[in-house]
Amino acid sequence: MAVSNTGVDAAGDFSVESLTANPRQARKERLIRDSLGATALVSVLISALIIWSLFSEAWTFIVEVDWGSVWDIGWFPRRGIYDIKTLIVASLIVTGIAMMVAGPLGLGAAIYLSEYARPGVRKTLKPILEILAGIPSVVLGFFALQWIAPNLVASLFGGPAAGSLLAAGIGVGVLVVPLVASISEDAMKAVPMALREASSGLGARKVMTTMRVVLPAAVSGLMAAFIVAISRALGETMIVFMAGGAAQTAVYTHSAREGSLTMTAGITSLARGTDNVVGEGLTFQSLFFVGLVLFVLTFALNLVADRFVYKVREQY
Amino acid sequence: MARARLVGDRTNRMMVQAMQRRSTDVRGRVFQISLLVTLLISLFILGVLIVDVVMDGWGILTGRPGGFLGGTMRSLSDDPKLGVHQALVGTFWIAVFVAVLAFPLGIGAAIWLEEYAPKNRIARFIELNIRNLAGVPSIVYGLLGLLLFVKHLRDVTGGKSIASAGITLAILVLPIVVITAQEAIRAVPQGLKEGAYGVGATKWTMIRSQVLPYAAPGILTGTLLSMSRGIGEAAPLLLVGAVSGRLGRDSGFFDLGDINEEAFMAMPVIIVEWVQNSGRDPGFAAAAAAAIVVLLVFVILTNAAAIFLRNHFEKRRG
Repeated sequence: MAVSNTGVDAAGDFSVESLTANPRQARKERLIRDSLGATALVSVLISALIIWSLFSEAWTFIVEVDWGSVWDIGWFPRRGIYDIKTLIVASLIVTGIAMMVAGPLGLGAAIYLSEYARPGVRKTLKPILEILAGIPSVVLGFFALQWIAPNLVASLFGGPAAGSLLAAGIGVGVLVVPLVASISEDAMKAVPMALREASSGLGARKVMTTMRVVLPAAVSGLMAAFIVAISRALGETMIVFMAGGAAQTAVYTHSAREGSLTMTAGITSLARGTDNVVGEGLTFQSLFFVGLVLFVLTFALNLVADRFVYKVREQY
Repeated sequence: MARARLVGDRTNRMMVQAMQRRSTDVRGRVFQISLLVTLLISLFILGVLIVDVVMDGWGILTGRPGGFLGGTMRSLSDDPKLGVHQALVGTFWIAVFVAVLAFPLGIGAAIWLEEYAPKNRIARFIELNIRNLAGVPSIVYGLLGLLLFVKHLRDVTGGKSIASAGITLAILVLPIVVITAQEAIRAVPQGLKEGAYGVGATKWTMIRSQVLPYAAPGILTGTLLSMSRGIGEAAPLLLVGAVSGRLGRDSGFFDLGDINEEAFMAMPVIIVEWVQNSGRDPGFAAAAAAAIVVLLVFVILTNAAAIFLRNHFEKRRG
């Protein structure tokens, strides 16, 4: 009996074949499924390539470098002095300042948007915050160097009018405010309405409800917001490169008013400028060593943040 | 027992106080106002930033807008032929690479993860992997591009070329495309899918006819956001070698032959370049500000379109 493409035979009766797709179509479905699966695997390939590229070059550095030069007076890679603590301390200073700016500003904005703002106000303020989130970091780098350094840092803190770690840190802080605000707001929005209503029902005022009920309930999400922001601030490059107040090399400092190189700025200022990274034998490899340190730090922070987000999902 | 009575007493006291009180809640007001202040500070900074940049670049932008957009890189800031044309060309091609590589790969991965992926360890690993990639600092992508595309694949990409830069940035925004597309696909109501199966659709027919049309605005929003991220990103480009000073000729927008040539410029990089030049020639600060205005127009328009699209469709679907 001839079964047509539709699976219904000439007499109009259904057969078992009518319930299974025809082989050509089944093949097409499988092909689509497999090629979509392949696109998903591209991300795994990218991760593998990142890890391979960092490790392969950093390994050469780790094996061949004279470790005395990794704990020295400063970052002079072209002269064979690779003091990693200069870069890490500068990164920590910038990140700390950034969080001092972005923590209160971002959290305050999030509480206001989530708990206080009327829908109309929210609808105008939130997009503006999202626009701020979309501003490229070169623009904030320019702003940190041309406006924050002379107007804020020099007049308020008596620092130099040129770039410094302080100016760069404030710039990075402005950059991560929208990030802190949006993740914190999501966390507070996820707190069930019933908790707020119960609190109000017991006679608590809005401040009490917000501080004693909503914030503690949202604490995992808030932690995630801060950790993600720290990781982002550690990895931020252009602002510290442009406004960090050091070029090419840096002497160790732990003063925020001075200029120095962070891990990211160290990589960038070494890799640009010339056609090839030249200098002492291991200069090229030192880029990847610093990159590896940065990658491991941010990766660990992101994993921790991910666990916190997961916890929020589990609870509500 | 004692504890319960204590709580009871306290509640009682609070109730009595609440009923006797007439004055407004001062502490609550102060709290609310200080929250509003934090938000306004952020908006104020945004305002100052835009005013500062526009004022710095105003002279160039109003004085010779055509000359600036059509001009090239020069060694002196008062050169009348100074402009951003090469950078516009470079950024245009980077955007093409992002659109051609990252969008299809990212949307495909999102469809697989949401509709096909089995609930097993491998699928969970791929998801976790994508979330982690989204958090990798951009400079690390630059290092990958430097080693892989500039050094090892020199024969294919031409070394420090626009192709290397474009592929690097496409890889950089890929996780953002996947995550936003996943969210859009996840929001498709189950009923639509079941309806399609009910009338005999195969899986792919169901996805094509129901899931993708419904998720399209969300996916488009995500692609717009990642595009604006891509064209504003500078750090990886400095590593894969956007070079200055020796750009031989000013090529047109569609000169395909230049894609793997060893010299290119991009908008974010020209800004960095001019900011650094402003040390020896202060006039370059104004040029950098003008270039920032040009870049911001693109980035803010793309972002605003994405935000508007999302809000529009959110409202329509309640």
